[in-house]
Amino acid sequence: MTDVQIATKMPSSSEAMDNAIVVTGLKTAFGDHVVHDGLDLEVRRGEILGVVGGSGTGKSVLLKTIIGLNHPQAGAISINGRDQASLTTSEERASRREWGVLFQDGALFSSLTVAQNVQVPLGEHYHLPTDLMDDLARSKITMAGLPLDAACKFPSDLSGGMRKRASLARALALDPHVLFLDEPTAGLDPIGAAAFDALVKDLSKSLGLTVFLVTHDLDTLYRVCDRVAVLGDKRILINAPLSEVVHFDHPWVQEYFGGPRARAAGIE
Amino acid sequence: MVDAAIIDEFVTFEKVDTQTRVTLKGNWIIDNAILIDTVTKEIFSRLGGSCETGRALAQTDMMRLDCSGLQKLDTTGAVLVRRFAAHMGEDCEATLMGVPEQNKALLDVITCCPVPAPTEPERPPWYLGPLIETGESVFLAVRSLGRLLSFLGLVLVRLFGSVSEPGRVRLVPVIHQMEVTGLRAMGIVGLISFLIGAVMVNQGAIQLAKFGADIFVIDMLGISHLRELGILLTAIIVAGRSGSAFTAQIGSMVLREEVDAMKTLGMNPIDVLVLPRLIALLICLPLLGFYADIVGVAGGIMMAWIQLDISPANFVVYFRDVITVEHYWVGILKAPFFAAVIATCGCYQGLRVEGSADALGMRTTKSVVQSIFLVIAFDALFAIFFTSIGM
Repeated sequence: MTDVQIATKMPSSSEAMDNAIVVTGLKTAFGDHVVHDGLDLEVRRGEILGVVGGSGTGKSVLLKTIIGLNHPQAGAISINGRDQASLTTSEERASRREWGVLFQDGALFSSLTVAQNVQVPLGEHYHLPTDLMDDLARSKITMAGLPLDAACKFPSDLSGGMRKRASLARALALDPHVLFLDEPTAGLDPIGAAAFDALVKDLSKSLGLTVFLVTHDLDTLYRVCDRVAVLGDKRILINAPLSEVVHFDHPWVQEYFGGPRARAAGIE
Repeated sequence: MVDAAIIDEFVTFEKVDTQTRVTLKGNWIIDNAILIDTVTKEIFSRLGGSCETGRALAQTDMMRLDCSGLQKLDTTGAVLVRRFAAHMGEDCEATLMGVPEQNKALLDVITCCPVPAPTEPERPPWYLGPLIETGESVFLAVRSLGRLLSFLGLVLVRLFGSVSEPGRVRLVPVIHQMEVTGLRAMGIVGLISFLIGAVMVNQGAIQLAKFGADIFVIDMLGISHLRELGILLTAIIVAGRSGSAFTAQIGSMVLREEVDAMKTLGMNPIDVLVLPRLIALLICLPLLGFYADIVGVAGGIMMAWIQLDISPANFVVYFRDVITVEHYWVGILKAPFFAAVIATCGCYQGLRVEGSADALGMRTTKSVVQSIFLVIAFDALFAIFFTSIGM
């Protein structure tokens, strides 16, 4: 019994290579308030993983912990096979080039134009000639589905959906292997949200991205995600394709996927 | 010059029959971007201008680029490929051939879009430039003064309106602002006044001693500190300390749409945000001025004792004889006006913030500069006024 448990806890090296993100035994707490305790999660290379959970279950905290903005009390996080805790400063910098993050409100630099926002990571990590930087910024902006004239606008002049897209363009600037999205469709109208979902799916396919997606949007789960991880009781309750998750026997999961909104989204 | 071997790593040219076959190969990824960019630029310069490049090499109207040798490709690489193709095929059609299956989707999403050429901006004759700038800045200054005045009017209407409707003024924020802007400023105001009082006596005594009139340093300190310096310094410190805080607090609330939310909840932002700050300063600035007067004179007493050997008791007796209470009133009467200027400028600039974090910083700077300028300008006007009424 113990052997089996150890065997399941420790993925073999070939399995580990197939996982873009591996979180083991994660514990995060703010003071006395424990958010995660003994949380394990694997994200396979090239898949789109949707993370759901009730409000306050620590979805965003999990995302921030994985990208290194929160320091966990215990546990290990490895991205692309590299343990994040043991990296040196320069390794950490190199490692950060491999992922892009889309924050909930976009978090664009308000004093820079969209094009300049996209060029920030490029200029920080590579010293490219200006004309190439301009070309790159323009291509990322069109890739994110923005019209070209948005490039020279400031974030405050854009609508919420356009800000999300601009932020996605910035997240894609360094050709990341892993993309973290925090509620990408929150605050978008259904048409905009559907378009954004399609964009994420297309890009992850054409760029071979691994996507870690925190969402509340059932449509997004249904249309985009390869697998769905449910956060609850301070850990991951289940991490499986949606068709399995909906049959998972847990009151919150049943309520979540059994509600009228879930039916409207076409889930079961 | 770029080494030919390096060029060959990314692009090769082969003669096939009469045509030249161009092959792209190697890792076209962001880490190689600088290298690839120099390589492609080198190729174009070697081929001598770009206009005929594609046609000359291909000898047909179709330019074929062989991509089958591409190993790794990312979006940056795809942009570079697109750029290369666009350049090669400037006057003929360039086709990418043999794109590896896994890269097809990527190359399809990337488009290389030409920049629309901007039209030349209009340039006025040289002598008009400074004139236009001066005119514009005068216009802006007058307009912003006008706006400030109308804002002041709005605030005064609300302030005096609240006399008949006292419930509108929120007591708790007023007390809180009094603590923040008044009580907590006592340390710095006291320190600066004390030092200035001491320095005045120190420097004044040296100069007056030349005439054997060093006892008059007490008159000098009393008049200048009570009439002008005490309250002026206090107002400037408060403008820097609290005026800037008003702008930053209100400005970040505007940026996060909290002020809009307030309006929809039926709360008047002027009542909620401006009046408590204004009333707190109206109460606290005279008190701080009074405190600065006392501490400044205390600084003078200490310096006179050390330097001129005038005992504090003698100092106070002489001070009472020569300094009339009018000097004190002249100083302290200005305090409420300065308070109104600081609070109005701070809150007005805060409410005018829009857009970005940059605008917030700019408005905060403006609020401090504007309020210090207006405080000093008002002080000058008061000086003329009080002299002409013989006070």
